[in-house]
Amino acid sequence: MFDRRLVQYFNWGLLGLFCLLAVTGSLTLYSALTAGSANPQIALFYKQMIWYTAGLFIMALAFVLDYKFLERWAYACYFFCVSLLVFVMFFGRVGGGSKRWLVFGPVSIQPSEFMKIAVIIVLAKYFAKVVTMEGMSFKELFLPMILVMIPCVLVLKQPDLGTAIMIFLIAASMTLFIKIEKRTLACLVAASGVSLPLLWFFVLKQYQKQRILTFLDPDRDPLNTGYHIIQSKIAIGSGMIFGKGVFKGTQNALSFLPEQHTDFIFSVFAEEWGFIGSALLVTVFAMLILWGLNIAYECRDTFGIILAVGVTGMIFWQVIINMGMVMGLMPVVGVPLPFISYGGSSVISMMVCMGILMNISMRRFMLD
Amino acid sequence: MELLKVIDREWFKQRLTGVVLCVMIAFAVLSARLFYLQVVEGSHFRRLSQYNSIRIHDIAPLRGLIYDRNGSLMAENRPSFNLSIIPRDAAPLEKTIEKLSVYIDVPKEDLMALVYKKKSKRLSFRPVLLKPDISRNALAAIEAHRFELPGVVVAIKPIRHYLQHEYAAHLLGYLGEINLKELKSGRYPECKSGDLVGKFGLEKACEPLLRGKMGGKQVEVNARGQVVRVLNTVDSITGVNINLTIDNKLQKKAVELLKGFAGAVAVLDTSNGGILALVSSPSFDPNSFVSGLTHAQWRELDSNPQMPMQNKSVQGLYPPASTYKIVTAIAGLEKGAIDEHTVFHCSGSHKFGNRVYRCWKRTGHGKVNVVAALAQSCDVFFYQVGQKLGVDILAEYARACGLGSATGINLDNEPQGLIPTALWKKRRVGIPWQRGETLSVAIGQGYNLVTPLQMAVLVSAVGNRGTLYRPRIIKNIISADGTVIDGNNNSVDNITHKAIIEEFAKFGQIEIIGKLPGSSRTLELVRKGLWEVVNGRRGTARTVKIKGIEVSGKTGTAQVFSRKKNTPSDRRDKKRQPMHLRDHAWFVAYAPSDAPRIAVSVIVEHGEHGSSTAAPIAREMIKCYLGEEIAASAVNGP
Repeated sequence: MFDRRLVQYFNWGLLGLFCLLAVTGSLTLYSALTAGSANPQIALFYKQMIWYTAGLFIMALAFVLDYKFLERWAYACYFFCVSLLVFVMFFGRVGGGSKRWLVFGPVSIQPSEFMKIAVIIVLAKYFAKVVTMEGMSFKELFLPMILVMIPCVLVLKQPDLGTAIMIFLIAASMTLFIKIEKRTLACLVAASGVSLPLLWFFVLKQYQKQRILTFLDPDRDPLNTGYHIIQSKIAIGSGMIFGKGVFKGTQNALSFLPEQHTDFIFSVFAEEWGFIGSALLVTVFAMLILWGLNIAYECRDTFGIILAVGVTGMIFWQVIINMGMVMGLMPVVGVPLPFISYGGSSVISMMVCMGILMNISMRRFMLD
Repeated sequence: MELLKVIDREWFKQRLTGVVLCVMIAFAVLSARLFYLQVVEGSHFRRLSQYNSIRIHDIAPLRGLIYDRNGSLMAENRPSFNLSIIPRDAAPLEKTIEKLSVYIDVPKEDLMALVYKKKSKRLSFRPVLLKPDISRNALAAIEAHRFELPGVVVAIKPIRHYLQHEYAAHLLGYLGEINLKELKSGRYPECKSGDLVGKFGLEKACEPLLRGKMGGKQVEVNARGQVVRVLNTVDSITGVNINLTIDNKLQKKAVELLKGFAGAVAVLDTSNGGILALVSSPSFDPNSFVSGLTHAQWRELDSNPQMPMQNKSVQGLYPPASTYKIVTAIAGLEKGAIDEHTVFHCSGSHKFGNRVYRCWKRTGHGKVNVVAALAQSCDVFFYQVGQKLGVDILAEYARACGLGSATGINLDNEPQGLIPTALWKKRRVGIPWQRGETLSVAIGQGYNLVTPLQMAVLVSAVGNRGTLYRPRIIKNIISADGTVIDGNNNSVDNITHKAIIEEFAKFGQIEIIGKLPGSSRTLELVRKGLWEVVNGRRGTARTVKIKGIEVSGKTGTAQVFSRKKNTPSDRRDKKRQPMHLRDHAWFVAYAPSDAPRIAVSVIVEHGEHGSSTAAPIAREMIKCYLGEEIAASAVNGP
């Protein structure tokens, strides 16, 4: 029953990268929570450690069970997560102006984080069945569009623009990966090319346009978002080449950074570790992504390939959007940095991703 | 099938190569950006980080202005001059302070204490506020000696000013520093500690309208905290201007008439519920709150037994006394307990069970029908009506007349008042209802409690033949771009307008909250009774008669203290009661009688008789508002 090859094929490299990121993340989180603060929120750090520990079990579970199991249960996972989101709509906890969390005693989870994985699984299952070398036609794209739209709308209702954008980006990159028919692609591009200006000039109200412009260009809101971006850039830039040293970030210590332990944690890291540390961290993330793609490359099963690409895509977009945001390259959307940002649901969902990748990698011989 | 899979795999490998390329490009961009921020611009950002150089300086918005219905200003913003000193720049410090202390008349020691309040030994570059709102004379003196006063800064800051002083204190309210509870409540999302917010009256209720929107400047400062560069500015948005339904002249008149008494006046436009005057006495000057009350001033206001800080017209709860007979009459006529021909004999008292219930007139009113009973306020007549109806039917009609529930003015936590039912008493007091209590309720005593505003709404409805209007305080609102928001606006695509329209709906929308529960026949009888109160041969308020204007009304005398032995007729001969035991005086009225335009509700605490203290006030109010018409009709009239 137990195949020795499972151990033989275990992807130690991926585990190593994960450990590196987890340790770096914990260190940075500790600094972000404690440095210079009059009342350090050290409790959050311990909470994060508990999440990591719990995550280890879930990660183990995610790679012990054959991922074929996920293919069979894809729609069940999907509808379970959707119903959790509906549940949030009615019974969710409100925090910071949005309703994102479900509370179970001392634990609160953010179902939208797991929704991302469920969307990846369900799309992988569907695409694995219909993929052709010519690409997808419009008819074949219809179902995936619905499958993506439902969670996107539910998440936007919370409102959580960041997660909605993430779900869309993940789904879009998976779809592009398995190829869209040339004609369909052209149609889609043309349709959005025509409808966006129409929407802008005839449907959107003045204040809605204002909001979108501010979103795209934080400088239009210099007292809030724009200010945060400037402070974040100052923190990152002031790290210079060698950084100010661990636990010695001044911008962090003076609480000039917004959300310094969640979305803006990279600026804390960059300030303390400088260009050398930051470039290394970026490299580690890049290696992680390439590792994931390599797993897809070596996999021989269509579902496995698409699943690996989807999961890797999820990590990729989170890293790019988060770092792009804190460096002032992209609009400000609330997306956590994988393994580094504080947040139980984010940590767990990222570890599930790791587990799935290991799972696929480990079973690559199975189709021989 | 197998074959396809193999082809697929090669094909996937091709696609993956493309993906790897995209990923590499994305990470290259991130690294390049990092290099730019940390290596190329690193020293620039390091310098900026050293003094936390980028800061936000607030630009406070101007608060919206408040006008009365005729456009005369009630609340504005005046400039105030705040005197500060920058200790580092003021050399020699002590000498400068000494000179200043003369100009602003504050002991030198106090000023020095302010400068050295901060623990640090080093003198600050930040200005220290010495005295807010200095006088014009002080300002002139300081400006004249500018060169002898290094480091002295006079900053101009707008400050709220209430032009009507104590004439509209409760209505307008005042501003005060936001407290912790308000900060945490989430109702003031833009405020931080130290900000001024409305604390009472309209200033509080219309805070979101009047406040405006904070602006700010993103600035770069140097090591001294001085602004080197302004990076970005967002202008503040002035609050909107509000036109009230209040008539300033009438408001003033009411305050003057109530002077010396504790009491309240509410005057309504009978055709739409617009509040023409809303006064509570005694009053206070809201301007003293703006500049900050002294402890002594606050203690005096707070401990005054006449409670100047309460808005009695909206918040004050009183037994309605005989004014409630309007309700009893409507209920009796509608339920068929009486009709216009029903006559009861009043002998001066009415025996019920083993108790004797007296009429206010000991000698009795003789045979009276409902019109005469209202005109002469015969208690015995209404005892019998109440006895026939029972407390629950009375309560049903009182509620339908708008009593026992808030009128919806949306000011000052308006109370509901109290209209007792048998069930209520059982629940609240635990004792079953005694049938005798119904008799007290029928003449407006007992557990009944109403506000002057509720009575104004009721009497206004009697005047306009049945329509209960929600009292409204705002006539219209002028938005920042000059648009007049008055309930007739259809275009709501503008987000700021939408917000204003929502607020307007709360305070300005004409809204019918009910109909009096009486047929037109019933109401005509009641109206006839109220007309006779003033114009009848035996009416209780004949003194109210105004030449040229017919007034209808109803007096009331609310017992503060149970009086079994002291009937009013006894009391006239006896030594007068101590002030706090005297009865409250009510008068509710509308005019002109057949086509009313205004309704007035007056209560004078411990004023004893509705006819002698409250009614004359109502008379003057009516005269003041309809006065010009009298003059006109005096020329043409009979």
